[in-house]
Amino acid sequence: MIHFQDVVKRFGDTTVLDGLDFTVAPGERVTLIGPSGSGKTTILRLLMTLEDLTEGFIYVDGEPLTHELRDGKRVARRPRDVSKTRRRIGMVFQQFNLFPNMSVLENITEAPIHVLGKPKQEAREDALRILEQVGLRERANAHPMQLSGGQQQRVAIARALAMHPEILLLDEVTSALDPELVGDVLEVLREIARTTNITMLIVTHEMQFARDVSNRVLMFDSGRILEEAEPDKMFSHPEHERTRRFLQAIL
Amino acid sequence: MTWDTEFALSVFPELLSAFVRVTLLVTVVGSLMAAALGLVWAITQRSLGRRSLPLRWVLDFIRMTPIPVQLLFVYYTFNNLSALTVGILVFGIHYSTYMAESYRAGIESIRKGQWEAATALSLPPHRTWRAVILPQALRATLPSLGNWAIAMFKDTPFLIFIGVLEMVTVARQIGGSTFRYTETFTIAGLIFLAASYPTAILMRRLEKRLAY
Repeated sequence: MIHFQDVVKRFGDTTVLDGLDFTVAPGERVTLIGPSGSGKTTILRLLMTLEDLTEGFIYVDGEPLTHELRDGKRVARRPRDVSKTRRRIGMVFQQFNLFPNMSVLENITEAPIHVLGKPKQEAREDALRILEQVGLRERANAHPMQLSGGQQQRVAIARALAMHPEILLLDEVTSALDPELVGDVLEVLREIARTTNITMLIVTHEMQFARDVSNRVLMFDSGRILEEAEPDKMFSHPEHERTRRFLQAIL
Repeated sequence: MTWDTEFALSVFPELLSAFVRVTLLVTVVGSLMAAALGLVWAITQRSLGRRSLPLRWVLDFIRMTPIPVQLLFVYYTFNNLSALTVGILVFGIHYSTYMAESYRAGIESIRKGQWEAATALSLPPHRTWRAVILPQALRATLPSLGNWAIAMFKDTPFLIFIGVLEMVTVARQIGGSTFRYTETFTIAGLIFLAASYPTAILMRRLEKRLAY
């Protein structure tokens, strides 16, 4: 379970998230939509500890992530403690961010070996099994630069899955891809959604995908949740005029 | 002007010995030291962020004062050290400040996404540096490190300030006493070439090995 409590995020004078409260249940798939700058990507980045939390708290299964309340005071947790909680979370980025100096297999086994302390052989077998799932087993020894964007993104998904996260964050994972490569990546993600109970937070413009995969859609505007609903309701009968206009613009 | 092969051959051993005992030693040990220290400075600066300001001042200070002054300063301050040791230390530290800048440029050329991916995988800092950042950064840094090593090579005649005779000084002395500058400096030049050419090839190989 993920719980955002009174979360505030400011970049200088700009307030991106303004007292945000929301909860995601275990196994739930939540899609975040909204105009750019509405704070949806910031939520994923805060969960992944890529941004500093200005105010408030984030809890993962009741465990504080970066800050905790101690004797009534909000204090930052030690990096080692943060790392332990963070290991339950994986992320796939818009730009893939594979390590170009490593092979596909090394990209996937790096963290299981050096963070989780898995034996090399075991990490390798696990990686190959996951590569099979994303349809790239035969490219295990290729280097990222030799792969298409869609293949790179599938490797990035495999890399996140190799840590066996409870929570997977997908940050516009198809936005940097050529249109004809989008399908394969989404198919892999649909499969993961179907066969696992990983909690997913998804930022995407692929509304059909959001409709198919998610249980709930949150519409963000100016750092607040404007409305939330099941995908069918959100996409067919949104409550707010603002949501309607936004959906019309992107569909 | 005549060329006296016999004379040229006769000065060769003395020049070679000065080259190996001083120039080569100072350059090789000094470069290794500079490369290691430079990396330490660069990583420390990056890791400490704004708190590294004092370190930055010290490095700027070292970089912006001339080598002869540093040689004399260290030589007379630590008079228990041999002149050659002082030479190696001063060259190593002086050039480490330049190499730190090269490393820094290489590190800054790594896209933010690489750091973020490392964070997302919870890689500990030492692993992020060793497995992700440095292999990529060094590729961009290596040619420039090679250039600093060559610059150090060419600065070794400054060692005369603390009484260390390296090859060029020895060559000048031989030339001064025999008036046979042509042979002496031709041999000195050939010795330099014989040392730099294999080094250049080695660097190119190293660059290729780091390519991916």
